[in-house]
Amino acid sequence: MIDLALDFAFGCIGLALVLCTWRLVRGPEAPDRVLALDTLYVNVVALVVLLGMRLQTSLFFEAALLIALLGFAGTVALSRYLSRGDVIE
Amino acid sequence: MDELHWSVQALISVLLVAAGVFALVGAVGMLRFPDFFMRLHAPTKATTLGVGGVLLASMVMSWVSGSFGVHELLITIFLFVTAPISASLLAKAAIHLRSPSKAGDAPVETR
Repeated sequence: MIDLALDFAFGCIGLALVLCTWRLVRGPEAPDRVLALDTLYVNVVALVVLLGMRLQTSLFFEAALLIALLGFAGTVALSRYLSRGDVIE
Repeated sequence: MDELHWSVQALISVLLVAAGVFALVGAVGMLRFPDFFMRLHAPTKATTLGVGGVLLASMVMSWVSGSFGVHELLITIFLFVTAPISASLLAKAAIHLRSPSKAGDAPVETR
């Protein structure tokens, strides 16, 4: 049962990644692309945690935490750049 | 994985399915809404809940197998704290760049 649910979640999140990439490529303006990147990294965190559940190992949590940290830093830097013109004043 | 009690298996499965649906709904909303400020809503609510569901399922799994699951808790807290911050910064950037909005023009910035 868990294996089936894991497969379903993998499929859903993979499809979500494809849709985010579509918005990233198409996005009419810069904030749309930054939003797509933000959603992309959040979904990748979920995907890494799912992979850890499938392989029955706790090795991937550090990777997920790192992706979450760096993704947040990237989003903050990009939106600061868009609204102020530079990242650190 | 199959030696767990059936109720624990059902709980984990329900959490995983709900998480997948939420993540998908967030991505579809981001793709389909007409302007940026509407598009901002879908990922910040639905996708955060989706990731929360996945992490909750992983937490339940590590609880029943004996460990405490601090890592999942850390990731959950971090994501739930940072999602509103990045959404607010993105909204500010879009207001500054005067993104077109269905709700009329953005208010004039005061500083």
